[in-house]
Amino acid sequence: MTSTLTPVRSKRSALTKGQLPRYAPYAVLAAALIVGAAIMALLGFNPFGWGLVSALLFAIGLVSWSAAVEGSRKAKDKLATCLVVGSFLVALLPLVSVIWTVLVNGIPGLIDPGFLTTSMNGVTGAFDNKAVESGGPVMGGIYHALLGTVQITLLATVISVPVGLLTAVYLVEYGHDGRLAKAITFFVDVMTGIPSIVAGLFAAAFFFVVVGPGTKTGAVAAVALSVLMIPVVVRSSEEMLKIVPNELREAAYALGVRKWRTILKVVIPTAISGIASGVTLAIARVIGETAPILVTAGFATSINSNVFGGWMASLPTFIYTQILNPTSPSNPDPSSQRAWGAALVLIILVMILNLVARLIARIFAPKTGR
Amino acid sequence: MTATPLTSTQGAGRAGDKVFSGAALAAGCLILAVLFGVALFLVIQAIPALTAPAGKIQGGQGFFAYIWPIVLGTLIAAVIALVIATPIAIGVALFISHFAPRGLASGLGYVVDLLAAIPSVVYGAWGAAFLAKEIAPAYGWLASNMGWLPIFAGPASTTGKTILTAGIVLAVMVLPIITSLSREIFLQTPKLHEEAALALGATRWEMIKMAVLPFARPGIISAVMLGLGRALGETMAVALVLSSGALTASLIQSGNQTIAAEIALNFPEASGLKVSTLIAAGLVLFIITLAVNMIARWVITQHKEFSGAN
Repeated sequence: MTSTLTPVRSKRSALTKGQLPRYAPYAVLAAALIVGAAIMALLGFNPFGWGLVSALLFAIGLVSWSAAVEGSRKAKDKLATCLVVGSFLVALLPLVSVIWTVLVNGIPGLIDPGFLTTSMNGVTGAFDNKAVESGGPVMGGIYHALLGTVQITLLATVISVPVGLLTAVYLVEYGHDGRLAKAITFFVDVMTGIPSIVAGLFAAAFFFVVVGPGTKTGAVAAVALSVLMIPVVVRSSEEMLKIVPNELREAAYALGVRKWRTILKVVIPTAISGIASGVTLAIARVIGETAPILVTAGFATSINSNVFGGWMASLPTFIYTQILNPTSPSNPDPSSQRAWGAALVLIILVMILNLVARLIARIFAPKTGR
Repeated sequence: MTATPLTSTQGAGRAGDKVFSGAALAAGCLILAVLFGVALFLVIQAIPALTAPAGKIQGGQGFFAYIWPIVLGTLIAAVIALVIATPIAIGVALFISHFAPRGLASGLGYVVDLLAAIPSVVYGAWGAAFLAKEIAPAYGWLASNMGWLPIFAGPASTTGKTILTAGIVLAVMVLPIITSLSREIFLQTPKLHEEAALALGATRWEMIKMAVLPFARPGIISAVMLGLGRALGETMAVALVLSSGALTASLIQSGNQTIAAEIALNFPEASGLKVSTLIAAGLVLFIITLAVNMIARWVITQHKEFSGAN
């Protein structure tokens, strides 16, 4: 009995014949890394090139081994897997690189004293030249830009949320998939695709016609951002209102509650967590928009707390102008340090908003339903 | 007796109903009005540029001679972005939907969404400060080894601030859009089709080729179209990265310009006829992106019952 079984166990089973052993990918990976390192040692070593060469060697090695042992179909499958995994790794490269660049360049700017509490008012190229020559601290900060961003975004939110939410209510509760509802849905989708600079131009053109040529204030920028924000709010609120169970509405109607009270007291409270997180995501999206603010609010260097009068700074436009037109053209380093510091602050803001959106969705989620 | 108290006590409620439904309807109509207003006000402000004598427009040869090169530049940058981003985005979407371990998939999806969360001006700064410098030697190599191709004609830019760099940055920015839409559609593939293919002995790639990709094709097309819309309208990446100039065929020299970047660079200091010229350029961009987006949405609605996207 045992004598008949042992030979089968020592050889490979007929079922797994013609397959690569399980350790194959690891073995090929190790070989690829070693050969890659050897090739790079000949050409001059750098980690990026090593990764690239090793990845290519790994793909070639695994696919050709598979073609020799398993046949062309399995080899094609391995090739596709390599390409798919490779494309994911390639997509990660810019993400890691962007975050690394912003961190490395942004932290020196951020820890500069007064960076968050002073504006650029009175900071001229002479100060920057002095900072570079004598090695002193870099003057100036982003307080005015931070204030402008918060004000403009807040005003945009105040405009967009009622309009967006009411539109979503119309689409879900009153529209009945009629012609108007279909048109609104279609054009909301189209509006999501409006280039941000065109939204800025629209707000600028609108105020040029209505108020007077050359009107550039924070409020114009807020209108421009609303054009970008409304469709996002409509889409997310609509999705959330749609998943409110119909039984809740019917129960309210059965108790004799009017439709508008049903919507206000039953439907919206049930969906509020999803709506709030959608609104937060919409804010995160528009807070980083540069082009519309550039053409509508100009760029100021001093603190302006009046949204309805005068040019206003914002974080994205601050970054843009500091990079493109350094305060001191001969010594652009302090300007770029400020720009990267502002970029770091902006990214942190966006990440916090994204996180808050997730937390809202989780904490205030209704007990029933999804 | 029975009917009157009911109707009289609910008078206020009925008014509330009317007000509320009216407000909802008004909000919906406001959105249509805004989109109409975008077109209307752009046209009003653009008319002076469109009707002005040719000599007064920047360049001195009329509006169409002014807009033509930057329309082409916009298309070139967008096409570069899509050529790079589409295969990678589909690969990433397939990885998340069909290759990655089930527990990791949603986390990986979030990582790709992070790419979309980074503001465009940060991408622009990254492209100008990091990518352009790193990639400039590669352009030198391309110019000396593949210079016989018109698109790689030398001399290569030494700063790396070319339309190809701008296109690469744009590719990074449209990647998450195409990825998230394609992923949604890949996940909608009927499970029975996939299992049938696997049960007949197909490898995973054959299953994807036979069951997933044919099902998802319209969705992929519209995702790419939406990515195109984004790439056409993206401003900051190009404005910060590209050192602009006249229209050239070579992708590795400085030169070319896109509509959005042209507006962003010139609008803050513009006045008079220059403002309406730039607004007219914005109108052209609006029409192009509107057409692209409408086609994309139309493709999606045509296949709604299958794909369920959006």
